[in-house]
Amino acid sequence: MQRITIDPITRLEGHGKIEIFLNDAGNVANTYFQIPELRGFERFCVGRPVEEMPLLTNRICGVCPEAHHMAAAKAVDAVYHVDIPSTAKKLRELLYMAFYCTDHTTHFYALGGPDFIMGPDAPVAERNILGVIHKVGLEIGGKVIQMRKYGHTVVEMIGGRKVHPCTSIPGGLTKGITEEQRLEIEKMGRWAIEFAQFSLQAFNDIVLGNPQYVDLILGDIYAHQTYYMGLVDANNKVNFYDGKVRVVGPDGKEFVKYEPKDYAANIAEHVEPWTYLKFPYLKNVGWKGFVDGPDSGVYMATPLSRLNTSDGMATPLAQAEYEKFYATLKGKPVHQRLAIHWARLIELLYAAEHWVELATDPEITSPNFHVIPTEKPTEGVGIVEAPRGTLTHHYWTDERGVVTKVNLIVGTTNNYAPITMSIKKAAASLIKEGNVNEGLLNMVEMAFRAYDPCFGCATHALPGQMPLQVTIHDASGNPVKVLKQFVD
Amino acid sequence: MSKPKFAMYWAASCGGCEIAVLNIHEKILDVDAAFDVVFWPVAMDGKYKDVEAMQDGEITLCLFNGGMRNDENEHIARLLRRKSKIMVSFGSCACEGCIPGLANFSSVKDMVDTAFTTITTDNPDNIRPISSFPMPEGNITIPTLNPILKTLDQVVDVDYYMPGCPPESHQIAAVVDLVIAALDGKAQLPPKGATIGAGNSTVCDECKRKRNVKFIKEFGRIQMTKADPELCLLEQGIPCNGPATRSGCNARCPSAGAQCIGCYGPAEGVVDYGARLISAFASVIDSDKPEEIDQILDGLVDPAGQFYRFNLAGSLLRASKAAQKG
Amino acid sequence: MTDTPETKFEPVIIGFTCNWCSYRAADMAGISRMKYAPNVRLIRLMCSGRLDPTFVFKAFAGGADAVLVSGCHPGDCHYSTQNYKAMRRFHLMQRVLTQMGIEPGRLKLLWASAAEGQIFANEVTKFVEEVRELGPLNWNQVGAHTSAGAVEVPAEVPAEEVKA
Repeated sequence: MQRITIDPITRLEGHGKIEIFLNDAGNVANTYFQIPELRGFERFCVGRPVEEMPLLTNRICGVCPEAHHMAAAKAVDAVYHVDIPSTAKKLRELLYMAFYCTDHTTHFYALGGPDFIMGPDAPVAERNILGVIHKVGLEIGGKVIQMRKYGHTVVEMIGGRKVHPCTSIPGGLTKGITEEQRLEIEKMGRWAIEFAQFSLQAFNDIVLGNPQYVDLILGDIYAHQTYYMGLVDANNKVNFYDGKVRVVGPDGKEFVKYEPKDYAANIAEHVEPWTYLKFPYLKNVGWKGFVDGPDSGVYMATPLSRLNTSDGMATPLAQAEYEKFYATLKGKPVHQRLAIHWARLIELLYAAEHWVELATDPEITSPNFHVIPTEKPTEGVGIVEAPRGTLTHHYWTDERGVVTKVNLIVGTTNNYAPITMSIKKAAASLIKEGNVNEGLLNMVEMAFRAYDPCFGCATHALPGQMPLQVTIHDASGNPVKVLKQFVD
Repeated sequence: MSKPKFAMYWAASCGGCEIAVLNIHEKILDVDAAFDVVFWPVAMDGKYKDVEAMQDGEITLCLFNGGMRNDENEHIARLLRRKSKIMVSFGSCACEGCIPGLANFSSVKDMVDTAFTTITTDNPDNIRPISSFPMPEGNITIPTLNPILKTLDQVVDVDYYMPGCPPESHQIAAVVDLVIAALDGKAQLPPKGATIGAGNSTVCDECKRKRNVKFIKEFGRIQMTKADPELCLLEQGIPCNGPATRSGCNARCPSAGAQCIGCYGPAEGVVDYGARLISAFASVIDSDKPEEIDQILDGLVDPAGQFYRFNLAGSLLRASKAAQKG
Repeated sequence: MTDTPETKFEPVIIGFTCNWCSYRAADMAGISRMKYAPNVRLIRLMCSGRLDPTFVFKAFAGGADAVLVSGCHPGDCHYSTQNYKAMRRFHLMQRVLTQMGIEPGRLKLLWASAAEGQIFANEVTKFVEEVRELGPLNWNQVGAHTSAGAVEVPAEVPAEEVKA
């Protein structure tokens, strides 16, 4: 039995490790994707005043604290059974749209995009943001930095800080915005729309204009027929901030649509003893293992899932792109994981359009941003779409509003089983009869990276230079071959 | 001539420190120009094996964020300490434990039990993760959780401390400039053990709200208070940790209407952060009668959490009895 | 388990007393050769209001099984009202210590005037027995890093942060 260990995975928020076992014929027998960390939020948030939850849960992830902050904010509103003023809802959503633009930009340009824009066969040294810049133009680096700057500026104006926002409390927000701030936010939003259109155009020219890439996207190696999950509004359009959770089957038909408070009747988490993270699955389908198909409860939650599970986008420009997306990929739902990158850009455009819609809403500068709760605190659920997937926060409190119990199902966690399956399929497709080559390293990266498992870094160097050392041992455990990439 | 080497690593953390570094925006190009970034798992090249292959002290500057939650965290901390000339305890997790340090209120067993028995967890055999699990194909391993979470300097020797959750980007940019200048011989590095990228005073000093002598008759909750945006929050009975928290953040949260939760760590000269806050809060309570004092204190529903929110692992007591028992 | 004289648990107790009242009470007990439990190690402060909660936490972290805080009776403080601060700190400390798993019975507040040597002796003896009952604390973590000094690096605050 030969064993290939990839440790650590890079460009994941947190840590991860992959083990690949080959049978005697040299083909993949099994793969394991392990998460080696646990910090214990569900335990140590117990005993804390519930209004601190939007602040404490920020620290689950410093890349998407805005997502946790919003899910927590909605959960604490639910705990107090309070309807927050319309202005507060719109301000929170406006912050959230700006955050989405920042986050999706970071992933596409620095993490996922290079694989696509440069292609999987491109020299490793070019498969990074620099290669992207050469391909699409020198200003791109500056635009990416500009988008991140604008996004974080809006987050700070409404959320109080650039990282770990602090303004959501039960009943609304601790502050509003001035007309001066609103003007600036609107200006930045209009720039964001242009930037999103530019990004989609670049994708169109470079990726869709290349038949090889189209083949790769449409091919089978990264395709999985699973269920898809995402939040939808009353018209079944994609919404990141509010709505009901909708799940469609591999055939695209609606399987269930539930209110946030009913999540526990629909989701369960499978346990394995070799990892600290659990595997969510659809309770009413059941856990059948790491397999595809309508009889397996495995589901995916990503930008692609949100498009698959909805009837369209709520803003005009994004809607046009949505239609083009499904026309090009010949039907709905789309199962090919590489298409997530495209779906992500469509979402970027929607977020920017909705950013401007909210920034020009007459209520947005109203001083009515908080109402004092009057009901006794008990229990509440808050769900938003994090960029990586559906995010669920559930809190119970005593009569003083002190937390007594917490349940969290976090964005990337939804995808733990699908990622595992994607890694195995990629590995199994490439490793035959014990032949491991450089292609494996890159293809495994691509299978993993499409899900945007937390974040990639918007700097000058890197994706494509992921260091991997693959050591192949014989049956006695002696190393027989070492393959390296970016390891001296 | 090769550039000095730079490394950044995250132990038990959230990634916010990495984002804070990225939010120096164009200045990241100065980092790129001045340094060879050799190890930054979140972003780029460098594996553990690369670091192991380096000479001791080969890395000039290492920004280490995240707390010591498991044996892998400690192993990498020791490894990077050996290989680095300057080790900066970067961010609240490394400096004082930060939010994950709250786990020190209960035992690791409790923490794992909670995670593996939530209402949505399907665990009929009551399984818990095992550090070495025998698969049909071979043993696969995950790190072992330590009984309590530790700070970086409780495991290795630290050269500088940069507090904050996360450290403010403008502070990071200033420190980057300082280090680059020092490497050029144009500036002096501070004495070892210094806190850098932060102020010498408290958040109250940077807060623009009006402050009077305080006579607190009641502690309230921010969501239940129609707070005056110009007046000190603590004075209005909202528990604010400004009085003991280090300055350097521009009192961002009080400016936005929220109480200071203490993410910049202890102010200069503070030995135990929570003790300092106990003293401050007790001093401003307006009562001399034990029953009334108790009644006023009932308004603080979670005093240990309020006073040690970011600092438990770095405090004198470090962890509760329950956590120590294991 | 029966204690023999060799294995009987002897609590280690740190006692903070104030110069004008409670320390003199302890002094008086000593001069008068009153017999009382020897387990309390006395530390003299000028006033109970000087008691920084840091001292209490350091005592527990450093191995004390209990801490006694003692000062002038309310209304009689040599510095007028500072013993009330001690009172309020005591109440708040007890709540925090309870959350840390240190039983409230391990921290005691005692008012004693300079003339109350016998009362001081009796209360200490009683306290020692109460702590013996609770058993050793065995706090095996000692922490706290003190900064070697902050060096302010002049940082340019970005313009957009100056806005409201």
